[in-house]
Amino acid sequence: MRRHALKSALLRPQFAALAAVLFINWLLFPGFFSITWQDGRFFGSLIDVLNRGAPVAILAIGVTAVIATKGVDLSVGAVMAISGAVAAVMVSTGTPAAIAIPVALLAGLLCGFWNGLLVTYLDIQPIIATLVLMVAGRGLAQLITEGSIVTFSDPLLSYIGTGAFLGLPMPVVIAFVLMCLATVAVRRTALGLLIEAVGVNRSAARFAGISSRVLLLLVYSFAGFCAAVAGLIVAGDIRGADANNAGLWLELDAILAVVLGGTSLLGGRFSIPMSVMGALIIQAMNTGILISGFSPQFNLVVKSGVIILILVLQSPQAGQWISRRFPPLAPPPKRSAK
Amino acid sequence: MTHKANTTAARAWATESPLTAPSAEKLSPTDCLVTAKAELWQAGDGGQDMADGTRPVLEARGIVKVFGQHRALDGVDFAVHPGEVHALLGENGAGKSTLIKILTGAYQPDGGEIFLDGTPLRFTDPLDAQGSGIGTVYQEVNLLPNRSVAENLFLGRQPTRFGLVARKAIVTEATALMAAYGLDIDVRAELGSFSVAVQQIVAIARAVELSGKVLVLDEPTASLDRNEVAKLFEVVAKLKARGLGIIFITHFLDQVFAVADRVTILRNGQLIGTRDLSTLTATEVVRMMLGKDLAYGHSTLPVMEAATGPEKVTFTGLGRAGRVAPFTLSLHAGEVVGVAGLLGSGRTEMARLMFGVDTADTGEITVDGTRVSLRNPAQAVRAGFGFCPEDRKVDGIFGELSVRENIVIALQAKLGWFRALRRDEQDEIAGRYADELDIRAANHDMPVKLLSGGNQQKVILARWLANDPTFLILDEPTRGIDVGAHAEIVRTITRLREEGLALLVISSELDEVVAYSNRVVVMRDRQMVAELHGEDITPAVIVAAIADNRDALEAQT
Repeated sequence: MRRHALKSALLRPQFAALAAVLFINWLLFPGFFSITWQDGRFFGSLIDVLNRGAPVAILAIGVTAVIATKGVDLSVGAVMAISGAVAAVMVSTGTPAAIAIPVALLAGLLCGFWNGLLVTYLDIQPIIATLVLMVAGRGLAQLITEGSIVTFSDPLLSYIGTGAFLGLPMPVVIAFVLMCLATVAVRRTALGLLIEAVGVNRSAARFAGISSRVLLLLVYSFAGFCAAVAGLIVAGDIRGADANNAGLWLELDAILAVVLGGTSLLGGRFSIPMSVMGALIIQAMNTGILISGFSPQFNLVVKSGVIILILVLQSPQAGQWISRRFPPLAPPPKRSAK
Repeated sequence: MTHKANTTAARAWATESPLTAPSAEKLSPTDCLVTAKAELWQAGDGGQDMADGTRPVLEARGIVKVFGQHRALDGVDFAVHPGEVHALLGENGAGKSTLIKILTGAYQPDGGEIFLDGTPLRFTDPLDAQGSGIGTVYQEVNLLPNRSVAENLFLGRQPTRFGLVARKAIVTEATALMAAYGLDIDVRAELGSFSVAVQQIVAIARAVELSGKVLVLDEPTASLDRNEVAKLFEVVAKLKARGLGIIFITHFLDQVFAVADRVTILRNGQLIGTRDLSTLTATEVVRMMLGKDLAYGHSTLPVMEAATGPEKVTFTGLGRAGRVAPFTLSLHAGEVVGVAGLLGSGRTEMARLMFGVDTADTGEITVDGTRVSLRNPAQAVRAGFGFCPEDRKVDGIFGELSVRENIVIALQAKLGWFRALRRDEQDEIAGRYADELDIRAANHDMPVKLLSGGNQQKVILARWLANDPTFLILDEPTRGIDVGAHAEIVRTITRLREEGLALLVISSELDEVVAYSNRVVVMRDRQMVAELHGEDITPAVIVAAIADNRDALEAQT
C-alpha cells in the first residue's frame, strides 16, 4: 500500500515538470548538476535552487493549508517584511538574537491571527481580509524600521540566512524540517481531514460538529508564522531589513507554488510536500534562466509559459485527452511524463 | 434575428392566451411565425389521443453508454410523443440521468440513434439540443436568482432597440407570459425573492420559449409542497394540451399517476418496459422498478406509545424571536416523534434550534436530566445529538471527500484533532455502516458527490450512527430519493427506534409519518400547535391539525 502510494506520487506531473525543467537547465548549462564541497558545505547550481527556493517553499507550506480551507493569504509577503524588520531593529538596538527571533516569529503569528479573526468572526472574504494586511503590513514594517534599511551583524540571525548545517544551507534545512513537521501535524492528526472538510463545505462542516472557527484561526496563524520564518531567512541573508522590498510579490509566487502542487483554489484536497515541489519548480526555472545567460527579462515570460504548460497538463481536460489518446494498458501518467 | 422572431411569437402567444391552444383563425394571418406555432399546437391537439398513431417527437433507439467498465445504458429505447407526459422511472443508478443527459446533449451515446421528428441527429452539446427544441428544467433551478424574473426569461435573447436592451418591452412581454402561466407577479422583482415553485415555473416558461418541442422535467417537484405541486401540474397539463412532449422524472409515484400518460422504467441500465399508466397499478410499477415484490404503502398500524423508555431529551420553552415560538417537547428512548407541517411552518427552524445551529433566546435543554447549553452544533454533537439536514448538498455532504471520510467525519470531529482515526479504523467503520444501510458505492474511496441522492442520504445517516447518538433529528430524510432507498431509510428509522434511540423526524409524507411515529407534533405559523397520540395519528387528523380545522379534529376525537 505504502510503496504503491509512493510510486503513484512519483508519477505525478509535478515531478515530470521538475525533471523537465532541470533537464533543460542541464542542456543550457552543462555544469548544472555538479556539486562541490568547499569550506564545509556543498556548492552548486542545484544547491542554489534549493537555497533560493526555500523562502517561497516556506511561504507555500503555510499558504497550502489556508488555500485548502477555500481561503487565500495575500499578506505573507508583507508579514515577511514585518518579521524581518522586528528582528533587525531589535538586534541592532542590542537585544540578543535569542530573544529577537522568537519575538519576530510571534509578530508573524499575530499577523496571521489577525487575518484569521477577520475571516472567521467578521466573515470577510479571505482575499479582502488579507489584502488589508498586505497593504498595511508593509507600512507597518516601514514604521518599525523608520523608513531606512536597518542593517545588523548579529551572527545568529545571519546564520539563519547564510549558515550551513551538515553541509546544507540553513534555509534548506529549515524549509525541510518545517515541511516534515507540518506534514506530520496534518496527516498524523485529524487536522488534515478537518481542514479539507471545512474547505469543501463549511456549512456541512458546521452541521457535522467541526469547530471551523478555531481551525481557521489556527491555519491563518500558521501561515503568518511561516511567513515570519521566511522573513527571518531573507533578513539574515542580506544582514538587514528592507521594509520596501523584503518578500515583495512573494505571496503570488507562494500561491502559484500551491497551485502547481495540485491544491485547488476552491479548497479541499491538499498536499504540503507537493506545494514545496511547486516552489522548487518555480525556483529551478528562475535559476535556469539566470545561469544560462539569458537576460533576466526573459525570466517572467518563460516562467509564465512553463506555468501555463504545467497547468494544462494538470487540467481534467488534458487528463481526458490523454486517456482517450492512449487508452487501456499503459497507465496514462507515464505518457504525460514525456 | 432569431431572438427577435422568438419574442414576437412570445408576445402573440401571450395576448392570445396560448396555453388554451387557440385555433389558427384567431391569429393574425400576416404573422407567419405565429401561424407556424399555431400549426404546432394543432398538431398537438390531434395528438391528444396520443401514442399509437402519431410519430414520436423525440425518439432514442438502442442507446448504449459505457463509463469505464460499467454499462450505464445497455440498448435502451425511448420515445416521447407530442401531447404526452412520459414518466421516466428507475432506482438510483438505473440510468435515468444518463439517458436524460444523452437526450439533452450533455453526453454523447456510445451506441444507438436519436431521432427528432423522425430525422436522425446528434446533439453536440446542451445548447444544440435546446436550439433543436428540447428544453430542460432541473430540480435545482438553473437561473440567476439575483436578476429579475423578466431578465431571466429573456437572458441571451433580449429584444433590443438601437442596440440597447429594451427594458420596457421585456417587462411587458414577461408579465404577459407569466400571466399565461397563471402567475400574477411583479416580473421586475428578483427571481430569488420568489418561492421555488414560482422559480420552477419561470424556468419552465423559459425552457418552453427557447425550445418548444420537448420539455424535460428532472425532479421538478422535489422541493415543492403540495399546493405548489398542484400548481405545477396545471402548467404541465396546459403545455401537454398545447402539444409538447413532456418527459417527467420524479420519485413520487402518486405524482406519476396523477400527471403522466405513459411510463418507461429502467433498471441497471436496461429497459424494463414502456407502458400506458392506465393499465398499471402502483405495486406493479414498483415491482418493475425493483425487480422484486415490495409491500408498497406502509403498515398503517399506529406505533404504540407504551413501548417507549425513559425520558432522554427535554426542550422546555425553547424558542427564538422571529423564528419559532417557544415550544416544550420531551423525547423518550425508543421513541419516534414525527413533525408535520407545511413548508415554512417552522419545522426546520425548530430542528435548527434543537441542534444549536441557531441559538435559542429562551428556554432550556436537558439531556438525561442534566441541563446542557447548546450554542453550536459541536456542543450538540458532544451531547449525543445528530442531525440529517434537509438540504443534503448544502449542509450535508462533503462532495469532494470520499464516502469513507464522509462517514467518519462527525466522529472524528467529536474525538478532536489529536485522536485521529487510523486508516484501518476508518475503513472498518465505513464498511460496517455502509453494509448496515446498504450504501451502494463502487468503493469507499470514491468522492461522495458521485453517488445518487439516496445513497448520499444514507452516507449522512451513517455518519451519525457511527457517532453512536442518543438523539437523532432527521429533516425530510426521504425527500428526492428513489423508492428503494426510501424503504431502506424508513426501515432504518424503525430499527433505530427499536434499538432505543430517540428520534425526531420531520416529513411531508404523512403516510410515512403515521407509519413510524409514536407521537406526532404539528407545526403551523412557527408555532407548535398540536401533539397527537395513539388513535389520533392518522393522515386525516394531521391534515386537519395543519389546516386548523377544529371541527374535523373534534369529530375525530
